[in-house]
Amino acid sequence: MTIEVNGKSLDTDEEGYLANLSDWEPEVASAMAEIDECELSDNHWEVINFLRDYYEEYQIAPAVRVLTKAIGKKLGKDKGSSKYLYELYPYGPAKQACKYAGLPKPTGCV
Amino acid sequence: MEDEEYQGGEVKKFLYVNRRQPHGTVYALESLETVLIGAAFDQDVSMLFIDDGVYQLKKEQAPEGIEFKNFSKTYRALEMYDVEKLFVERESLEERGLAVDDLLVDVEVIPGSDVKALVDQHDVILSF
Amino acid sequence: MSTLNIVNKSPFEKRSLEQCLKRIGEGDSVLLIEDASVSALSKTAYAEQLISASKLSKFYVLKPDLQARGFSEESLLDSIESVDYDGFVNLVVTHDRVHSWL
Repeated sequence: MTIEVNGKSLDTDEEGYLANLSDWEPEVASAMAEIDECELSDNHWEVINFLRDYYEEYQIAPAVRVLTKAIGKKLGKDKGSSKYLYELYPYGPAKQACKYAGLPKPTGCV
Repeated sequence: MEDEEYQGGEVKKFLYVNRRQPHGTVYALESLETVLIGAAFDQDVSMLFIDDGVYQLKKEQAPEGIEFKNFSKTYRALEMYDVEKLFVERESLEERGLAVDDLLVDVEVIPGSDVKALVDQHDVILSF
Repeated sequence: MSTLNIVNKSPFEKRSLEQCLKRIGEGDSVLLIEDASVSALSKTAYAEQLISASKLSKFYVLKPDLQARGFSEESLLDSIESVDYDGFVNLVVTHDRVHSWL
């Protein structure tokens, strides 16, 4: 599978995750969100950027439980809840947001 | 996960024993991934690094040159995954000329003579 | 508390047996299988080490692995007991945990 971004055709796996991390640019997230009919707000971007930083630091996409806790620590308690994250990313914060962020599917996520 | 099924179920203590270098074989990465996946279940997990396994925790690994992912950074995330403790055998460090300062995470260093007692405290031993 | 330690590498090729022996003690058992089964033989260079370790721990060898390599029970060290697959299962259930030294 591929996704068209800025006139380039980027490889993805069968679930739509980017094949090459280094292909990512913000427009990739927007293009993926468009396919899901989801409009990205600042709050969405906050989570995407958080995930990219987390991946850079730990080389891993966090499990939901870990993500929720870490977001709460960094962005404030009210955002560190699964309710808040699921409202932003109804397909599952780890799955959907990781996809938009160009990361692999979280370890342990089936 | 069906919480009901877990009610009354005992929490088992798992010890992951790591005895190999990080990049020569896939064991170290497999162990780490198993620990991360296992963290989704409510189990009590610790890791023990002995023999060449102590090299897994060496600071400043840069495997990009051999085209491997630098998963050594992931050991620093284990705390967030509620991994109880990382144990390292003192003799294994010493044999390799390494000290605690060479390691990228906080560990508990134990003498080889305490390894049996540590193993005895766990219900399940997974060796990599 | 007892641990059944399983070793499957030849002592002539890998150091798993030695690494295991360093870290076990009273009440523990060692089962030698696959390429490690030759460690149970009386004439190898490792015999002394096994004899001394068997004072604290009990040693077993998986008979089919030994036979597959052309050895019989007569060539075993006295302190080592040979078991078949049922015996293997029995060892697993009579110990508190299993540690495989891959």
